[in-house]
Amino acid sequence: MTEDAALLASRLGDDALVLGQRLCQWITRAPTIEEDLALSNIALDLIGHARALLTLAGGLDGTGRTEDDFAFARSDREFGNTLLAELPNGDFAVTIARQLVYSHYAVLYYEALAGAALPELAAVAARAATEAGYHRRHADGWTVRLGLGTAESARRMQAGLDHVWPYTTELFDEDEVVRRLDEAGTAPSPAPLHAPWQERVGEVVGQAGLSLPTPRWRAHGGRQGLHSEAFGPLVAELQSVQRQFPGGTW
Amino acid sequence: MTDPLPTDVVAARVCDLPDPELPVVSLGELGVIQRVSKAVDGHLEVVFTPTFLGCPALPAIAEAIAAVLAECGHPDGKVRQAAAPAWSTDRISAAGRRKLAEHGIAPPRPVNAPTPVRLGLGAPCPHCGSAATRPHSTFGPTRCQSILRCTACGETFPYLATV
Repeated sequence: MTEDAALLASRLGDDALVLGQRLCQWITRAPTIEEDLALSNIALDLIGHARALLTLAGGLDGTGRTEDDFAFARSDREFGNTLLAELPNGDFAVTIARQLVYSHYAVLYYEALAGAALPELAAVAARAATEAGYHRRHADGWTVRLGLGTAESARRMQAGLDHVWPYTTELFDEDEVVRRLDEAGTAPSPAPLHAPWQERVGEVVGQAGLSLPTPRWRAHGGRQGLHSEAFGPLVAELQSVQRQFPGGTW
Repeated sequence: MTDPLPTDVVAARVCDLPDPELPVVSLGELGVIQRVSKAVDGHLEVVFTPTFLGCPALPAIAEAIAAVLAECGHPDGKVRQAAAPAWSTDRISAAGRRKLAEHGIAPPRPVNAPTPVRLGLGAPCPHCGSAATRPHSTFGPTRCQSILRCTACGETFPYLATV
């Protein structure tokens, strides 16, 4: 069971690491300096979550791998993040849409995980839930502002939601690993959170005068290591220094 | 080599260390030191709680504590980071809050306090005391600070965000 728990921790860690890396790509490119600070601070939190979760995963699976081993010494196929996390930034509205759907999920799931049987996982989840709450408020605020802004900002915010929506279902997927953990009472499945998540996001989207998309397809495969075309360059950038100077410290 | 100093003396020195990002307050006043005690192996152990999981000051804090342990004659002392119980701004002591305010950083409100109803939305201005302040940027110079603007005196000021 600890191997399953390790896999869960590494999947959650991968979501946070990859999304954090994506957000870092906004640095010096955000619309205002406050946004530059906001997006990089959120990225910093996410990378903090990833560090704690990946360290935990290395301890649980008995390999003793460090956070750096997970981040820098694995191939693309070994990352278990959802495709949502690796989605390219797009315009600012696409990034906000991605932040909106992810942070609402993160708050709900980390809150549920805070009652997990493994004390260290529960502690990290409890802490991450409050930080994700901060990220959620940021995304909520921008969704409403862009939705109620100009015709152009509303059009782009809706386009952002339409773009990210097919990727959201994967966050709540249940596979063998998740089912076993849930049945053993080690960690809850995210599946039952899909309805409350949709309700909460729907409330914000409604306040923004926008509508919830009804996509005709859904993404899958990320948790099994099947990633999108955009993932290779992201991992290459993330790992470039460690690949050139293996084990280097500075 | 100095003789090992007693636990309470070491604890006091550890608590006196300045926070790397907010040097006006000490680690003790900030509430990040959970305990200083003898571990099962007989060595001194310091357990501290990260304010935020991704706080960039964590390695600096761990190093500073390790240095104090060595100076106090406990070179084998350990520094451990524990996520539970989670840090909250409620752990900041009264002295810590006063020092933050004196240095122009509005201290956090209690976590469960209702948001005060008034024209402004923010904490009182540390410069003029006016309550007519507005949020300017949720994310400030460090992860734990927000930026507010006072509509009375026109100054912007950092606010230690409640978590």
